[in-house]
Amino acid sequence: MTPLERAFREERAQVVATVARRLGDLQLAEDAVSEAFAAAAATWPSAGVPDRPGAWLTTTAWRKALDVVRRDRSTPGNPVDPAMPPAPEPGLHREDDLLQLVLTCCHPALAVEARVALTLRHVAGLSVAEIAAGFLVPEETMAKRLVRARTKIRQSGISFELPGPEGLPERLSSVQAVLYLVFTEGHLASGGGPAVRTELCEEAIWLTRQVHRLLPGDSETTGLLALMLFQHSRVGARHDDAGRLVPFADQDRSRWNARAITEARALLGTTGRGPVGPYQLQAAIAALHAAATTADDVNWPRIADLYGLLDRVAPSPVVTVNRAVAVGRADGPRAALALLAPVLADGRLDEYAPLHAAHADLLERAGDGPGAGTAWRRAAELSRNPTEQAALRRRATST
Amino acid sequence: MQYLMLLTIDPDAAGSAEAAQRDDWSAYTQALIEAGIVVSGAGLQGVETATTVQVRAGERLLTDGPFADTKEHLLGFYVIDVPDLDTALDWAAKVPNVRTGSVEVRPVLPDAEAARSDATAAAAAG
Repeated sequence: MTPLERAFREERAQVVATVARRLGDLQLAEDAVSEAFAAAAATWPSAGVPDRPGAWLTTTAWRKALDVVRRDRSTPGNPVDPAMPPAPEPGLHREDDLLQLVLTCCHPALAVEARVALTLRHVAGLSVAEIAAGFLVPEETMAKRLVRARTKIRQSGISFELPGPEGLPERLSSVQAVLYLVFTEGHLASGGGPAVRTELCEEAIWLTRQVHRLLPGDSETTGLLALMLFQHSRVGARHDDAGRLVPFADQDRSRWNARAITEARALLGTTGRGPVGPYQLQAAIAALHAAATTADDVNWPRIADLYGLLDRVAPSPVVTVNRAVAVGRADGPRAALALLAPVLADGRLDEYAPLHAAHADLLERAGDGPGAGTAWRRAAELSRNPTEQAALRRRATST
Repeated sequence: MQYLMLLTIDPDAAGSAEAAQRDDWSAYTQALIEAGIVVSGAGLQGVETATTVQVRAGERLLTDGPFADTKEHLLGFYVIDVPDLDTALDWAAKVPNVRTGSVEVRPVLPDAEAARSDATAAAAAG
């Protein structure tokens, strides 16, 4: 990595954050920072890399931004901006600036897709084309989405200041949801998708690391980072050599990334005794899966308990399905079928293949062959993955 | 910055709760006044008293009832002057109708804001 590439990765977000907060304008800050990087590319190779690249970039970006502001002001008919914001102290980044930038990009008054786009554009520094490719939308659509979002921030008076302590939890949970959404999008594409999509996982992990570094005591952020690392540790085992998706239980556990698992486990150990939220619980479940040496060696009773807790703090029918699977392993199919009954009756997950696969497996183990066959066929119809579909069809004919 | 808070209720959901909440309304308005952020505000007569006016091809058309035939009824509005959106949203979350109805928060155009303060200054001077 060249010094410039390193500065782009390590300093860019901080520089954008510092300039944006002083100006109260994301686009102006982003343009100025791009110009500062262009200036760095032009001068660093000959003049040498400054001692503190971040400070150099902030000062340069600030000057570029002021040029633009002055030019706009001298345009006839342009309303005069009453106050020129004070210059940031050279080289003195406030770590708060970066947190504030993330919180502004993930403001709950913005649509979720807008939050995702803003965070990837302005915090992670992805180009519009990269974000568009990552989310499978035309570049023009993504560009418009970003413009609309920045306009809303400006015109609706979304603040560039940190919220007070009572406002922070709501804002942070929006940040976590956005980061997890970016991660999940990349995770879905891994194996088959283009690189730009699978790299969303790394971007999400990088972003979460930044938030974790700024708020090491926030146990849900820690839990989220651990959860991502656990899930990402399996990326090398999720597909066979032919690129087909390997079901979780059949994965070659020796291909799981041991380093990521060790880091995730260590993170989870630091979360302490605060209130336990959904990300920590999901990470704890992933930790138990990672601790098992084979698929038969999984501590199902403990996982079933954790899903029970998760179903209480973040109730959703999908969680209930997972809980039923765990209970089925821990206590047998009868108890699990009782848990699944309301989800089946509710109908909201009627199109959700894993529900019918879980139902089929439980019915089969409870001795209801015909019922299991119907459920296997339903799961196969709904599955969008050809390998999984074939496996489900085989189960349907063998019951 | 000035924000309009547009208050609506779903009459089916609200039921007769409106009258019972009279104390809540005066307490809320009082809190806004004490915070020194009220620009204006008004409660409205029931939706059955509304008349909608349109002029099409030079011809005046009157319709009995509100313009938008939605389930939600316009109840009233406040205009408040607060530093940022988050502060406005915090006030919006405390409006008495918010538990059964909803509050739409919209920034007032800066021009309108300036015109209003000009008018206030002129009134004060004159």
